[in-house]
Amino acid sequence: MQVTSQTFKSNASAALRDAALQRALKNLKAGFPGKRAAAIAKLPEFDALRAAGRDLKDHTLEHLDFYLERFEAKVIEQGGQVHWARDAAEARHIVLDICRAVAARRVTKGKSMISEEIGLNEFLETHGIQPVETDLGEYIIQLRHEYPSHIIAPAIHLNRDQVADAFHAHHGPYGFTERNEEPRALMNEARQVLRQQFLSADVGITGANFCVAETGATVIVTNEGNGDLTQTLPRVHIVLASLEKMVPTLEDVSTLLRLLIRSATGQEITVYTTFSSGPRRPDDLDGPEQFHVVLLDNGRSGMLGGEFQDMLRCIRCSACMNHCPVYGAIGGHAYGWVYPGPMGSVLTPQLIGIDAAGQLPNASTFCGRCEEVCPVHIPLPKMMRHWREREFEQHRSPAAIRFGLGAWAFFAKRPALYRIATRFGAWLLRRLGGREGRIKHLLLAGGWTAWRDLPTPQGQTFQQQWAARRGARS
Amino acid sequence: MSEAREQILNTLRRGLKRGPVEGARRAGLEARLAHPPRNVIPARARRPHFEQRDLFVQMARNAAATVDPVNHPEEVPVAVSAFLDCEGLPLELVMAPDPELAALPWPEEPTLHIERRAALDGDKTTVSLAFAGIAETGTLVLLSGPHSPTTLNFLPDTHIVVLRADRIVGAYEDAWDLLRARGQRMPRTVNFITGPSRSADIEQTVQMGAHGPLRLHIVLVER
Amino acid sequence: MNDAPSCPPNPRVGLFVTCLVDVFRPTVGFAAVKLLEDAGCTVEVPATQTCCGQPAYNSGDRADARELARQVIAAFEDFDYVVVPSGSCGGTLKQHYPPLFDGDPAWQARAERLSAKTFELVSFLTDVLGVERVTARYPGAVTYHDSCSGLRELGIKSQPRRLLATVADLDLREMAESEVCCGFGGTFCIKFPELSNRMVSEKVAHIQATEADTLLAGDLGCLLNMAGKLQRDGSAIQVRHVAEVLAGLTDAPAIGEPDRGDPPCK
Repeated sequence: MQVTSQTFKSNASAALRDAALQRALKNLKAGFPGKRAAAIAKLPEFDALRAAGRDLKDHTLEHLDFYLERFEAKVIEQGGQVHWARDAAEARHIVLDICRAVAARRVTKGKSMISEEIGLNEFLETHGIQPVETDLGEYIIQLRHEYPSHIIAPAIHLNRDQVADAFHAHHGPYGFTERNEEPRALMNEARQVLRQQFLSADVGITGANFCVAETGATVIVTNEGNGDLTQTLPRVHIVLASLEKMVPTLEDVSTLLRLLIRSATGQEITVYTTFSSGPRRPDDLDGPEQFHVVLLDNGRSGMLGGEFQDMLRCIRCSACMNHCPVYGAIGGHAYGWVYPGPMGSVLTPQLIGIDAAGQLPNASTFCGRCEEVCPVHIPLPKMMRHWREREFEQHRSPAAIRFGLGAWAFFAKRPALYRIATRFGAWLLRRLGGREGRIKHLLLAGGWTAWRDLPTPQGQTFQQQWAARRGARS
Repeated sequence: MSEAREQILNTLRRGLKRGPVEGARRAGLEARLAHPPRNVIPARARRPHFEQRDLFVQMARNAAATVDPVNHPEEVPVAVSAFLDCEGLPLELVMAPDPELAALPWPEEPTLHIERRAALDGDKTTVSLAFAGIAETGTLVLLSGPHSPTTLNFLPDTHIVVLRADRIVGAYEDAWDLLRARGQRMPRTVNFITGPSRSADIEQTVQMGAHGPLRLHIVLVER
Repeated sequence: MNDAPSCPPNPRVGLFVTCLVDVFRPTVGFAAVKLLEDAGCTVEVPATQTCCGQPAYNSGDRADARELARQVIAAFEDFDYVVVPSGSCGGTLKQHYPPLFDGDPAWQARAERLSAKTFELVSFLTDVLGVERVTARYPGAVTYHDSCSGLRELGIKSQPRRLLATVADLDLREMAESEVCCGFGGTFCIKFPELSNRMVSEKVAHIQATEADTLLAGDLGCLLNMAGKLQRDGSAIQVRHVAEVLAGLTDAPAIGEPDRGDPPCK
């Protein structure tokens, strides 16, 4: 996919002016935060679970090589295959080779952010294989040639009339000639159209919410059941998983499930939680003949032992973006790549480079809501600050900001000069404001005064007045 | 092994500032895998069994499953028959070829047409036997195997699951213990199922019956 | 705060005024002095203080941030307590100074000692000094915005509300989403002014929905932002720092309001 993170600021401006998007984003704010809060209120152990989740992810990361090797051995023991991919291109080719080996023409897909990260759909299409997204939201955006704007609600930027248009444009050949606009009817349409795809696919590709080292199982959580049809009906099941999906045991998965679902949709658990290991067995009446796991690195191994290691705890619940006032204002596409919101602002610079993604970690007020709701206590603001430090060290920050900060720091480090400068500044601003008490337009502060007045100083600085008062007292 | 594999593992170890895990440390990890520690178990999942049964029913119903308690296994066929009748569904079932299900007195419901196989597209109603029920979230546990094809859980419009009340446990961890206690290798697929299929992908409004069953009906055998 | 040293009877308090209060709103500083003196503290204001360094710190400039932190530590480490009328600057001293000196044990130890005795003004009054009521009067309906750093870094939520409840004739009306950021964010409002404007617009809508006549908060940055937006929208809602109301220093025009007399500066 085309990366547009470089133009985050103008993407954001466009998003703020996009009336349909703004209408759709109201559904996000009205839904996720309240549902999460209600689910957590019903589980008094939630905070203890968060600490346990953080600790077990830390334990896993500290021994990630061990658990990866154990997972691999267990998958092989069950008759499956494990493929290691250093980067997106390797992962794409592994998938293509598996598809070609069975002469696949159609691939059904469960929801997978790794698939988005490696740009799998476009790649398969250019090689003559038709990928069909089966998660309802993913299917809708595939029809619209878009990418997800949210990691668990990929079509959250759309309204029903846009879905209706997409279905009306594509479902004629399946016998749906009328334009439906009711969500119920739209879903029935998708159910019937996609059922045919499930049954005719040669390969099913899913993501993994977890990989269990103890058993070699991969785990997916869904509400629709599309992931299960994707992996059960075709001859071949391919699981795409990044390294940090590793979890030691089924007990550990249980802990993370309690955190993940409540933090994500606010449900107690998703409708389907599926643990899959290996292909069908000799006596089985159904299930895939081949089972492949593609383990993707793509820059993650380099995060271990560094200041971004904590980010590898992320279980992709989306609570950070659901509670982020910036995400809530502009949605996910403005972030310009696969992972939006606070988790994306930390992860994206690592995966595609600070050159492309440098604005993202700056686009935060550090309000801290993301860290507050993170089920595994990832210090997201701290890590965004780390990116800003790297930017500053490499002299990548915008010149105007650097100059302004430099000038301010020059005075702030010289208290005597600072006192003179602040006296003058207070006087000047007050003069500019006149008797209004505020300034309506100020040169060099256009970003502020374009939308706000700038209240003027009251008069003398506090330090001036305090010195005068102390003089009077003594 | 592959070059990619070696390179990834080496990068990980460089970051962790050590070589492969060995010695006592490795033994510690092996022990953790062999005897998985439980982390935090919610209090609601640690109540006495009779309360777990009630909690299971309540949570399953909260997840939009229907639950029909019957006193004895012999009553399952008549209960299934009545359910189909009541819902206006055809009296046709595709049933898991499970000996425990087969042992039930289905012939007493002669109007029921039963096939024992994996599911096919177009099957209206299927019947499975749950391995366990988990009270903390009203979750059914189903295992794949020759007696229990996975497709039965996902292809029909209506999925009927028979669950013995004595198979209801409190926490997910209790279900893992039950599974390990079978002494067999782990099944290919373990399905946790909590209510019927749904999606909120259109305007964040929940609609039931996305790709999986529109209805999940649990026949709870109290015994 | 359980890491507070036990409180001496007449503690010597160093007031960290903050750069915004110093320049824009000295009344907040005097309100802080009054509240602290009323509670039995001896208040001093070191003249060598400038800024806590947060703008540098949050812009990735650790070197300047450290230098300013050293300046603050040196100026304030001899006091019994350091009190800050801002959750954001207070959070910087308390939460961010110690890790700023990772790899510098001597300064880190000094930063930790300073951290342990640094408090935001209102939480210092309630949590350390045990103040339960104030003697002020404020006839009006007020709404209170929870500034992010105070709320999430320092746990300030109930303390200002408890004290406001003892202000005579004051009617506190909670706004929706009082814990959501106002969009100020320090340099954020300069770097992303349109986003900042959207956030403050939503905040202002929640404020106006309460029909309160006064907006209070504990951080001047947020207050300048919200006041500027309310006034641009033509709202008559008065905006003040919570300390002004608690101290009864509400004779001065509210933030951004026209002065009724002549400018006092020459």
